[in-house]
Amino acid sequence: MVEMLDVLLFTTLRAGTPLLLIVLGILITERAGVLNLGQEGLVIMGAACAFVATSTSGSVWIGTLTGVAAGTLTALAFAILVLALRANQVAAGLALTIIGTGLAAMIGDGMSGVSIVGMEALPIPFLGSLPLVGHALFSHDALVYVSLLLLVVIWRVMDHSRLGLTLTAIGHNPGAAHQLGLAVLPIRLMAILAGGALAGLAGAYLAVAYTPLWSEGISAGRGWIALALVVFASWRVFRAMFGAYLFGLMSILNLLLQGVGLNISPNLLGMLPYVATILALLLFSNARHRNTTMAPRALGQPWSHGD
Amino acid sequence: MTLAIAAGSAILAALDLPVGTSLHALFIAPVSDSYGLSELALKSTPLLLCAIGLSVCYRAGIWNIGAEGQFVMGALAGGAIALVAPPLGVMTLPAMVTTGVIAGMGWAAIAAWLRTRYGASEILTTIMLNYIAVSLLTWAVHGPLRDPGGYSFPESALFESHALLPALTESSRLTVSTPFALLAVGALWWFLARTLPGYQIAVLGADSKAASFAGFSTTRLTWLVLLGSGAFAGFAGLSEVAGPVGQLTPHIAFGYGYTAIIVAFIGRLHPLGMLLASLLLALTYLGGENLQINTGISKSVTLVFQGLLLFFLLGCDVLIRYRVAGSNQPVAA
Repeated sequence: MVEMLDVLLFTTLRAGTPLLLIVLGILITERAGVLNLGQEGLVIMGAACAFVATSTSGSVWIGTLTGVAAGTLTALAFAILVLALRANQVAAGLALTIIGTGLAAMIGDGMSGVSIVGMEALPIPFLGSLPLVGHALFSHDALVYVSLLLLVVIWRVMDHSRLGLTLTAIGHNPGAAHQLGLAVLPIRLMAILAGGALAGLAGAYLAVAYTPLWSEGISAGRGWIALALVVFASWRVFRAMFGAYLFGLMSILNLLLQGVGLNISPNLLGMLPYVATILALLLFSNARHRNTTMAPRALGQPWSHGD
Repeated sequence: MTLAIAAGSAILAALDLPVGTSLHALFIAPVSDSYGLSELALKSTPLLLCAIGLSVCYRAGIWNIGAEGQFVMGALAGGAIALVAPPLGVMTLPAMVTTGVIAGMGWAAIAAWLRTRYGASEILTTIMLNYIAVSLLTWAVHGPLRDPGGYSFPESALFESHALLPALTESSRLTVSTPFALLAVGALWWFLARTLPGYQIAVLGADSKAASFAGFSTTRLTWLVLLGSGAFAGFAGLSEVAGPVGQLTPHIAFGYGYTAIIVAFIGRLHPLGMLLASLLLALTYLGGENLQINTGISKSVTLVFQGLLLFFLLGCDVLIRYRVAGSNQPVAA
């Protein structure tokens, strides 16, 4: 029983980490009032570039940084489109997803079957040997710790700093923020790039740590699920973290159910995260919750000087 | 278009491929004979059918991304009739078409219900429904619908000939679904320009408040556009499996439902525009396959070109609008 819980906690943390990273990126981008639906494209670009870079350089760290850079650069293309050219954000996000998926498949072409040495676990001294939870919580690879560190930093910045308030002001009312002397477009650019970097990191985590193998379907809709998570976390950091781990659990549930001998087709169990996302949207999109949400009021609306 | 080709060429060059021959293989070679042209029409048919449905949604401001799932459900449900239903003789095909259309509508209805009843974002629900539909299809062809004599490949048996749509000509793979798509283009134009719901959709898309002040029911229109779109996508799916494919496989959709979004945008949501756009994007499919055969490069180059097309279209849109306005005042988006 203890062993079972240990496995459950350990794998949930791992499976929730990519979602957590994407969700944090979306929170930053959307807090500034920009809706980037291209998350799936950013994640898969990060994953492809991280995998190829790891495979050619032999270093998971060079791979990880390449993944972050790929996510950031891909997000830059989106930023040019929606900030400078005022393109429709929904359509631009879809375009980003399509390009990202195609480019990643081209970059990763010939990489299926190639094996790399994945990121090694890094047990934290003393804490890692604690009874009960030691292994489950403190013997992960470095990126799991990095994601938790980023969670704390981003929570502090978003909810308890001047920069966080600036982002919120720009997301709610860019016109007023501009008149207060805030640099709306540069800050939105930074928010989009930060979101791209985090989604790229999530992709890198998938490709070099979570499943150190390349497949074209490696992101498996996580970008889209993360977008839904942010909605029903009402744009709040810790609710989003809770959602990320809940859905991490959901995505490994099929392995667990098979483990206990339940005989259901893996193809059917694979639907669980997507069905759960719809159920969650159904429960949390309800009008009753509207008043308590932190949804940016200018989300998705273009703005430029002169508006 | 030019920009997309330029950027695409840069990517090809970056991947160490001969740009000139690649472009030729992509855009010229596939349509240099009559068989190629018929294949172009074949590929553009499902794209056009899905885009017709999607464009009505987009005109109403409903972001339906779910044509892929509706397509798959139409194919799966209609195909299941061919495979497991008791023999229906001449009624097989009508039963398949009806089931396919209803399945597509049913899949879209879930999103419509979640949207109108709970206010759930249709973007996210339709995407999730796409993943679920593909999982269902994968499950079906691995399990209940797998061909018993098929050496355990995840594929259904080939459909009987009475479960296939009638072919148009001897020499091509075209079926009656292509002329039907052309009819649908005309019908869409008539619907948008000449009927009351068509007008209401235009008002709803332009200003949802104005629509509700005018007494139009947003709920009713949301249901209408989503069900219509599901019907077209479901029919497209059915006509693929009961046409050129002839069986159920895990990969029947080829991303048509997503590409149709690009078709709708590049065609400016206009019936004729979408007809031309569906031909253009069908060409990227053929070209991608051709390039893969000739140079061995992944046919995902198709996706890259499709994405670039949409990307540059969105970017250029703005520049064009600025020029028309002739001042620094942007036209309201």
